[in-house]
Amino acid sequence: MEPVAEGKDGQVVRVSGPLVEIEGVERLSMLELMTLGPQRIAAETVAIAGTKATLQAYEYTGGLKVGDVAAATGAELSSLMGPGLLGQVFDGLMRPLSSAPMWLTPARSQSTADPVVLAREWTFVPTAVPGTNVSAGDVLGTVPESGSVVHRVLVPAGVYGVLSWVAPEGKVRVLDPIAVVADHVVSLAERVPIRRARPFLARHTAAVPLHTGQRVLDLVFPLARGAAATVPGGFGTGKTMMLQQVAKWSDADVIVYVGCGERGNEMADVLDGLSQLEDARTGDRLIDRTVIIANTSNMPMMAREASIFTGITVAEYYRDMGYDVVVIADSTSRWAEALREFANRNGDLPAEEGYPANLSSELASFYERAGRVTTLGGQSASVTVIGAVSPPGGDMSEPVTTDSQRFVRSLWMLDRDLAYSRHYPAVSWTGSFARDAEELGNWHAANGQPGWAIRRARTVALLAESDRLAELAEIIGRSSLPGHEQVLLLGGRLLRDGVLMQNALSNNDGYCSLEKGAALLDLVFDVVDACQRLVERGVAVASIEEADFGPVLRAREEFGPSDDASVRARSAEVLAALEALQ
Amino acid sequence: MKDSTGPAKEPIEGTDPAPLSDRFGAQISHGDIREVRGPLLVVGGAGGVGWDEFATIDLAGGESRHGLVLEVDRDLATLQVLESTDGMSLGGIGVRFDGRPLHVQVGTQWLGRVCNGRGEPLDGGPPVTGTATLPVSGWPLNPVYREPPQEPVLTGISVIDGLMTLVRGQKLPIFSVPGLPHLTLATQIAAQATSSGQSFRVVFAAMGLTHADIAFVRDRLEERSAEKELILLLNAADDPVIERILTPRIAPTIAEHLAYTESHDVLVVMSDMTSYAEAVREVSAARREIPARRGYPGYLYSDLATLYERCGRVKGHDGSVTIVPVLTMPAGDITHPVPDLTGYITEGQIVLAPDIAARGIYPPVDVLSSLSRLMRSGAGKGRTREDHPDVAAQVLAALARARQATELAELVGEAALSETDRSYILYRTLVEKGLFDQARDESRTLEDTLGRAWTALAALPDKELTMLPRVFLDRYLPRSGS
Repeated sequence: MEPVAEGKDGQVVRVSGPLVEIEGVERLSMLELMTLGPQRIAAETVAIAGTKATLQAYEYTGGLKVGDVAAATGAELSSLMGPGLLGQVFDGLMRPLSSAPMWLTPARSQSTADPVVLAREWTFVPTAVPGTNVSAGDVLGTVPESGSVVHRVLVPAGVYGVLSWVAPEGKVRVLDPIAVVADHVVSLAERVPIRRARPFLARHTAAVPLHTGQRVLDLVFPLARGAAATVPGGFGTGKTMMLQQVAKWSDADVIVYVGCGERGNEMADVLDGLSQLEDARTGDRLIDRTVIIANTSNMPMMAREASIFTGITVAEYYRDMGYDVVVIADSTSRWAEALREFANRNGDLPAEEGYPANLSSELASFYERAGRVTTLGGQSASVTVIGAVSPPGGDMSEPVTTDSQRFVRSLWMLDRDLAYSRHYPAVSWTGSFARDAEELGNWHAANGQPGWAIRRARTVALLAESDRLAELAEIIGRSSLPGHEQVLLLGGRLLRDGVLMQNALSNNDGYCSLEKGAALLDLVFDVVDACQRLVERGVAVASIEEADFGPVLRAREEFGPSDDASVRARSAEVLAALEALQ
Repeated sequence: MKDSTGPAKEPIEGTDPAPLSDRFGAQISHGDIREVRGPLLVVGGAGGVGWDEFATIDLAGGESRHGLVLEVDRDLATLQVLESTDGMSLGGIGVRFDGRPLHVQVGTQWLGRVCNGRGEPLDGGPPVTGTATLPVSGWPLNPVYREPPQEPVLTGISVIDGLMTLVRGQKLPIFSVPGLPHLTLATQIAAQATSSGQSFRVVFAAMGLTHADIAFVRDRLEERSAEKELILLLNAADDPVIERILTPRIAPTIAEHLAYTESHDVLVVMSDMTSYAEAVREVSAARREIPARRGYPGYLYSDLATLYERCGRVKGHDGSVTIVPVLTMPAGDITHPVPDLTGYITEGQIVLAPDIAARGIYPPVDVLSSLSRLMRSGAGKGRTREDHPDVAAQVLAALARARQATELAELVGEAALSETDRSYILYRTLVEKGLFDQARDESRTLEDTLGRAWTALAALPDKELTMLPRVFLDRYLPRSGS
């Protein structure tokens, strides 16, 4: 990050927290990165007027003085991407935290290029043949990493022509050249600007489900690969826990977990948990398919603003290699607060709740980078985005919550009452939606689960009906309801406690296969049907309710994550016991 | 570009990151005061002053006050004055800038001392000196260095140890309303808390407490103070408001040193965070910043996070910092910005409720709204006792059910309830009187606490105890003769 042009340096004239004004710079462009003061704090250009400019600083600006030098770098905010990202932890500006010291002082900003990363040697295996024509997105070679995700080195965007040279198989470092295409030297790692979406050929429209292993999501509020979901939830509603489960169990190739303004202990927990767990599909440790971007709440606020875009750029980088990637951002509210903080200091007129007027367009520019696409290299790959929202005071009408809902395909609304009654994951069935449910039903129908859509419809109907009856029962008393309606109330309870609830800490229940989920639903439906038959036969509802439904409720925890056969066997046992009732 | 300071080294604890020349070279007195407004002072001719620097303000009568630089704009520096600007005029004042953000001396010399909110002695002793000097704002801890919290801190208070276990390195706030005994509870925690096998130290930071409250705290914690296990930082309700902005920064700075250099487990109690947030709001309003909710500045979340996030455990170090902030919710509103933002940062919350206090239960914890997120890693086999997490889950689930039964009984009369529902009502009485209610100076062992929980659960039919595995029922459930 040495200054590229003499005479462009300016000087600091005003400092107010992360807002810095400078004077005396020439030919500065928007979003250009500057370095400030003797500590060379990174700062991004957000406004230019004549030779003055306003910058947002990415570090604590304590000690920065009027008159300190502001040096131009000639580059936008970008990060070095190459092999070695998986399993590592980075800050919001994509600087490695794994090799950083214990206390994160601004002194760190002087070493933007990490010597550990630069010195590491990788084995490059060429796959492209010299003399052939290649274009952007084509694979030049591969680099094995610790997990089963193979790092593919691609021809960068905008580069095409005859491959005149490719490195032989052997050890290379990230900045070493590995190929020459036309006149362009391609090195192992490339510098990627984080605020621009990486190019692709075309978007796909057909919906293919992302399997998360969480029943309430997979069975009721599914998400398609390449779609976006938002998860609003007040504090204590289990938002982070649910997102961590999705990070662990989703059937994606790569997970990018962005801890944006959240707890440090949580990041330690994610790191620890992923390091210990094994990916059932590949046998790797889960951490080997994960990139963690941690900008905790006490780290500099403006790097938090960048972290969301850093995360999605990393995801696109892997998407371009042909992988299905899930980006989890926890929490977009903290990112929006960073936008607000800076806008306020800059004197921008506020829109709702002090947020800047461009909040919704900023949110859109984030969520719209999700998509299932044909990459430049011609492969089918996707970036799925899941963004958490932390509404202040649990107020679901606040701007970040309402704006986010407009740009997503699935809404997983977390409900405080459910969480307080320890119903986790506390996804509300009245407040959530899945706009691709019908198409995903068609996909399931064509891929071995013709009953998926019917089960979903019955689940939604039973939940709604039992909610309505519960309200009625509160007024007129439960025993005043007709027998078949009391059975529906019972059915609602079995559905909630036996299927929708999921114990994240249980080895059997933390992850659930689609087949086991379907079997659990069928178990509840069978029990409800059997009870309805008993009522028709004249059996008293009171005696039905005294029956032991424990075997129904415990099935999810007693049988293995993919053991649908045992659940179906349990169904036969329970029905036999019910039939014996008089 | 060629700056004499060169590349700054990583500040290691015990070394001073700022060169001496910086610290003492800039002691020029600036007398050009342009504006005084609320807690703010604007100084002219202050080129070369850095953002967030600490400053000493000399008044005409020889009195000294202190300030922090909030903004530098060309030759103007805006300061927030910690002790208020009362009596200040535009002439006759000299401002000396420190050349760096506020630092404090840290070390074991703090133990046993009683100081004001700025760390100046109130106990008649000499100023506290230390073995190292550190910036009070601290540095963010690299998340990669964090060790996930795992061992319990036992408070001797049944409802907390049993149902919302505090864990070493956690931040667990107490949410209360004015008039409830939150200070009594916080003080009891400070007096009784221990961690197994480690030396335990407490830093008690009081912000905006009344003199009666302060007298109570000093009295209650006297024993621990005499043992040199305690540091008291006391900002009274009539002490300077802006000083409160420093108190919860000095406390964790001292605590971090005791934890990571001296290897103690340190508990930091901060009471009352609502007073702190009001001080932040006052400065923000004086600066005419655009407010977010209820007049609080938009950066309140990040500001609180820089305090609360200083808790934790660090790889390769024995000690830990555990933080218990106490705050009062204005009008009992949990959606008020201070409890709301706190709840988003902290790992759970202990909520006190007036209706429970009215039934004569101390501590009046609303257990169904309370939660310790880290309990799952800090309780159970190898940490506390094998049955602990399941017992806690069962106690809570049964209590939720008991609450429904009580509501039903109010509608239809207790006589009309089913046998099972009546057992829940009995259970509720037993659990509240036997487990939750406790004397203000009573410290219970964990065995005692879990025993009491089992006794209450025994009032329920076995088929209701669905969250307890058979082996635990056989091993722990007390069987009465009947």
